[in-house]
Amino acid sequence: MEIKWYIFLSLTLFCIGIIGALTRRNSIIVFMCIELMLNSVNLMLVAFSKMHMAGANILSYSMASSAQIFVFFIMIVAAAEVSVGLAIIVLLYRNTRSIDINFLNRLKN
Amino acid sequence: MEITQILFWFLSALALFGAIGVVASKNPIYSVLCLIIVFFAISGHYVLMNAQFLAIVNIIVYAGAIMVLFLFVIMLMNLNAETEPMKNVYMKLAGVISGLTLMIVLVAALSHSDSANTLMRPGTSVGLTENLGKALFNQYVVPFEISSVLFLSAMVGAILIGKKDVVKNRI
Repeated sequence: MEIKWYIFLSLTLFCIGIIGALTRRNSIIVFMCIELMLNSVNLMLVAFSKMHMAGANILSYSMASSAQIFVFFIMIVAAAEVSVGLAIIVLLYRNTRSIDINFLNRLKN
Repeated sequence: MEITQILFWFLSALALFGAIGVVASKNPIYSVLCLIIVFFAISGHYVLMNAQFLAIVNIIVYAGAIMVLFLFVIMLMNLNAETEPMKNVYMKLAGVISGLTLMIVLVAALSHSDSANTLMRPGTSVGLTENLGKALFNQYVVPFEISSVLFLSAMVGAILIGKKDVVKNRI
């Protein structure tokens, strides 16, 4: 399997995420589209780490494990981001009784 | 056609189907379920690329924890009725066109590069838990500890944002 099919797959997932974030107004779905984009980037990083193992010397081995550690840290940051973002969405719903993303400016008072 | 190629195309079709379902479905619960399908498909890709640690972490963290959090928030808000006001159709069309244009530009730019046809070798051991654990606790131990501080601050921030204003009333 060539690397380009993985690149195209993760690009397509990323662009579907962008389309969702641009066209939907439900803020939870916008948030899920951001998660989708993060996951497509993770997939591309893992594919590149697999591609670097084709060289199979000691430097490329270190680079490959670095890519997978980066994916691990992206997952950590995404988990922290989701907890804070969902708290903000709950706050938005409590103040405006709606989760329309256009009402986010009503949170300043 | 080998078995890995068949699995690759099957998982890719599943991921794309789920991603379109996330964007297109009206009910947010169906969006969450489609996103869980996408995460399982991506975990299957990780298993195909012999990154078993990341596959398990992806299922535990994303499909297990984050999606349950999303489902709890949706069900607590009682949003499963289709109450979303839609954007007008020109804005939607502009969003779809810009996203597709970005995809076409990126695919056209990357499909002619020299290293796009590099083959992926099967059977590497870099993604096993032993090797990643050694790399994580030797080379990346400081970012690992910093991420624990990040989790602590995120937890405190989520509680502080999410609770009602008791303190303000007392003062």
